[in-house]
Amino acid sequence: MSLRGLRWGLAAAGSALLSACNTVQSALAPVADESRAIVRVWDLMLWICGPMYLLVLLALGYALWRNRGNGHGRASERTLWFGLLGFTVLTAGLLTVLTAQSYVQDRRLHAPVSDPVNVRITAKQWWWQVEYLDADPSKQFTTANELHLPVDRPARIELRSADVIHSLWIPVLNGKEDLIPGHANTITMTPRKVGRYRGQCAEFCGLQHANMALDVRIDDAAGFAAWQAHQRTPAATPTTPSAIAGRNDFTAMACAMCHAIDGTDAGGVVGPNLTHLASRHRLAAGALPLDRGTLETWILDPQRHKPGTNMPAVPLQPQQLSDITDYLMTLN
Amino acid sequence: MSRAESVVGDLSELPDYNFGSTSLGWWGTIGFMLIEGMGFVLAIGAYYYLLPYESAWPPEQSPPSLLWGTLFTAVAIASEIPNAWIKRRAKNYDLPAVRFGLVLMTLVGVVLLGLRAMEFTALNVRWDQNAYGSIVWALMALHTLHMATDTFDSGVLGAIAWLKKFDGRKFSDVADNAMYWHFIVWSWVVLYVVVYWTPRWM
Amino acid sequence: MATSDSTIESQRERGREALLRTWSDRPGFMGWLTTVDHKRVGRRYIATALVFFVIAGILAMLMRIQLSQPENNFLGPDRYNQMFSMHGSMMMFLFAVPVMEAVAVYIVPLMVGARNISFPRLNAFSYWIYLFGGIMILAAFLLDVGPEAGWTGYVPLSSSDFSAGKRTDFWAQMITFTEVAALCIAVELVATILAMRAPGMTLRRIPLFAWSMLIVSLMVIFAMPAVMLSSSFLISDRLVGTQFYNAGEGGDPLLWQHLFWFFGHPEVYIIFMPALGMISSIVETFSRRPIFGYTAMVLALVATGFLAFGLWVHHMFATGLPPLGNSFYTAASMMIAIPSGVQIFCWIATLWTGKPIITVPLLFVLGFFALFVLGGMTGVMVASVPLDLQVHDTYFVVAHFHYVLIGGAVFPLMGALYFWFPKFTGRMLSEALGRLQFWLFFIGFNVTFFPMHILGLMGMPRRVYTYPSGLGWDLPNMIASLGSWVIAGSVLVFAFNVFYALRAGRPAGDNPWGAPTLEWATLSPPPPYNFEEMPVVRGSEPLWPLDTDLPVMTGLAKDKREALLTTSTDALPATRWAMPDPSIWPLWSALALTVLFVWSIFSPWGVVWGAIPLAVVLTVWFWPKRSEPSLGGGE
Repeated sequence: MSLRGLRWGLAAAGSALLSACNTVQSALAPVADESRAIVRVWDLMLWICGPMYLLVLLALGYALWRNRGNGHGRASERTLWFGLLGFTVLTAGLLTVLTAQSYVQDRRLHAPVSDPVNVRITAKQWWWQVEYLDADPSKQFTTANELHLPVDRPARIELRSADVIHSLWIPVLNGKEDLIPGHANTITMTPRKVGRYRGQCAEFCGLQHANMALDVRIDDAAGFAAWQAHQRTPAATPTTPSAIAGRNDFTAMACAMCHAIDGTDAGGVVGPNLTHLASRHRLAAGALPLDRGTLETWILDPQRHKPGTNMPAVPLQPQQLSDITDYLMTLN
Repeated sequence: MSRAESVVGDLSELPDYNFGSTSLGWWGTIGFMLIEGMGFVLAIGAYYYLLPYESAWPPEQSPPSLLWGTLFTAVAIASEIPNAWIKRRAKNYDLPAVRFGLVLMTLVGVVLLGLRAMEFTALNVRWDQNAYGSIVWALMALHTLHMATDTFDSGVLGAIAWLKKFDGRKFSDVADNAMYWHFIVWSWVVLYVVVYWTPRWM
Repeated sequence: MATSDSTIESQRERGREALLRTWSDRPGFMGWLTTVDHKRVGRRYIATALVFFVIAGILAMLMRIQLSQPENNFLGPDRYNQMFSMHGSMMMFLFAVPVMEAVAVYIVPLMVGARNISFPRLNAFSYWIYLFGGIMILAAFLLDVGPEAGWTGYVPLSSSDFSAGKRTDFWAQMITFTEVAALCIAVELVATILAMRAPGMTLRRIPLFAWSMLIVSLMVIFAMPAVMLSSSFLISDRLVGTQFYNAGEGGDPLLWQHLFWFFGHPEVYIIFMPALGMISSIVETFSRRPIFGYTAMVLALVATGFLAFGLWVHHMFATGLPPLGNSFYTAASMMIAIPSGVQIFCWIATLWTGKPIITVPLLFVLGFFALFVLGGMTGVMVASVPLDLQVHDTYFVVAHFHYVLIGGAVFPLMGALYFWFPKFTGRMLSEALGRLQFWLFFIGFNVTFFPMHILGLMGMPRRVYTYPSGLGWDLPNMIASLGSWVIAGSVLVFAFNVFYALRAGRPAGDNPWGAPTLEWATLSPPPPYNFEEMPVVRGSEPLWPLDTDLPVMTGLAKDKREALLTTSTDALPATRWAMPDPSIWPLWSALALTVLFVWSIFSPWGVVWGAIPLAVVLTVWFWPKRSEPSLGGGE
């Protein structure tokens, strides 16, 4: 059985034993070069630490068992000193092997990449601002709480924070890296498998740290290009009366002070960009699924779903609420 | 005790005070010096840690002006003369000299505190202006705190020398206090270089 | 005519009576407040630490109830975040370090043959400061101003911009209280071990528990200033507008992390190393042979102490530091496993070549082996930068540190409490209940914490008040939560065992275990003066063989409080040192310092004005009393 097969077997057995088999956020189900490099370290660790642990327990068990009754008395001190020396050399040797593997795989995480997709993620309490960068400024666009990447092409992600320390963690792609105010960290990820995955903030950042997730979608090159092109377009023009009324309400009221919708007068940058809100998978950084019903209840009372969130409950008439929701649901 | 004992020696002729490592006061003083010394080391580390984050150092201000700081340093180093003297006199149980010396060292401490107060007015930065200001004030404040407590210690010891029976252990305390003053003076010399000269050598 | 035995015996009797008169505390409540007896202070320290342990454990159980199901609403985010912050802070600052120091405060002077600890009034002061700091933070928590930024208090989350009110200030000041207490004890222990050892107890004859406490105390001295500095910088950022951690004004949030972890990493070894010493005492006694490889054991302790200061960056692998620098800390973090491995070999070798008997203390040590070595293995895993980048800040790390802290420190502590309980109280704890407690604890612990390794690898971060269903985290969380009840059961068994034994436990005698070190040469519990005459040590197991006489030196006064100071390396008698009488001034000083600390949470002038009463009480404390004996020298 190959090493990889063994690991898959253990992971699958473990997962099956204890859970439904959902590995969208699992470090043991890597789909990128970087996360696979890390799993190679994990495998070697299991192979070395496992037997060493058993060795210690067996030695301890035998030491007690052989002396049940009245003990065999002292072995020669010289034998014991040789044993100590041997054990120390063995430990040091194995640790050196593990350090070497760790160093080698770590270099893989920092290997230079060519022609990456350039993204800048700015973490805010408690959501992710995701900007796709481009040499041509007109081709840049901003979305929120979602990261789309093409398969087989590296992504270089700049990490910024607007408030406290957060940490971007997409286990299937790579280890985590912190977003620290005043610091400019970066992380690269080279996905190798199409699919939908999940990331989450991994540095305690306040009240809603638990609800700061990131939807990750890896697409083939054509699918990614299509998505990118669509994201660059301004918001769809509403056609139904309620949606039109909703757009007018949105831009006239407090909503536009925090949120931007490209192609309208709404240009706030404090909150997530909503230009293509309806194309997203979930709402409020993963706190809620996204459909008309959840969107409406979210707008009505954000604190109920995500207590402590910075989004205020804007006073709205029921008709205004319904119209705005209708409008936002047209923003594919 | 229920275990049988056999007497193998007698301790009654031992002295009931001592100087140095067979006196507990010495150990306490060493402990303080290690703790506070480590605090200085770490604070100095923080100073140099923050330095590369600015393109100029000090970032906006002029460096602390040299007059009061250098005057303070000169007086502090000079105070080592009476300090070393009082330590020797204490080891010779010279009560009149110790009485005089403790009063003198207390006055020296007060003078230095006055000079330190002038230093604070001439740092050319406030503690809340930027991280440079914060760490400079922190270094100065830490040292001032230790110097103030030792000055107070010298004062109390001096009062005891004049008012109470001064025995072997008290002479040992004077020697320990003098040892601590060494720490105060020479930790300051290092801090002086850091605070006053780092900006000038950058 | 020969001096009859009865004359000698009545002389000794009169000597004991004189010692009792000299060394006894005042009766009643005043005696309790003014005692400077290290044993009484040590006992109350241990009891208080165990109370904090139970409170912090209850907080953990509440958290586990919330996490037993996905999207639960038993606790909201604010309360939950305060609870995990309190749980960690209480366990680390109010339980783990204090309890280890407390056992040392009680045992070390006895183990080195001294009449009292080196600075008895400072010892009493240390307890009061610890108690008042603990009361302050508990009161803050109950009044909804408890800490909310974790026990690690990272900025900017803990800065005034993101942590409003006084929550973080109470937390940061609690650190100051507990660090002052710990530093006092550290200085006392260094002085006791290096200046008060029994004649003949050369460096090579110092018991391994005393060695471990010496190194721990030095670690405390060099590590705690870092957290005092970092927490003081935080308070001053919040109170008077300094900019240490403010990136906008030249400060750096990572400065907090460097200073905190420079303390934080040695901190866990400060917690763990006393346990290593306890294990040596227990393994030696119950193998009925000296620990194999004494020199290697001492060198391993020293190496661990040094290396512990060179690892702190492994808590910061995800912060964007240069990769080559990170790799250095991987190598160093792996290296520290080598001295641990040496110790494990030597203990097993001792059991292998001895005549082990499985008593409850040794059972807890066996539990240590199973749990700590597993935690050590996951420690090697998190030492690796790439692997840590996956498991950092996840439940994998939570599992790791609970295995090394509970397995590596709490299990040996339980063994040590069973081991030394007869000495503390004169009674034996029940072996049967001890075994029940052990198995409940061992099983409950594994059920609670093993699944967390899997949760971390499956993507569950730390410090989350809830989690979504459908990610496969539901069942492991439920299992972990159930395990916490089993642990609670074991704690109840322990409490019952203690209270029952105090009332009706079997009387213990001086040396119920037949152990070799000096604390077992005196009564259980020891008289206030510890030893009638000063024991003399001729080997590293002074009481073995058990049937030989104990050599002693007479000559210390019995009508005034005196202790013996000896030279640091060869323990030659040097000084008869007068020890202080009971005093109320440590309590007044602790109260004055408490006023200063609490006042300065609200105003910087608290430091200035609070210093005045503090200076007054400290001066009275040190002012020579009329009752003090006049000593020789000088006039």
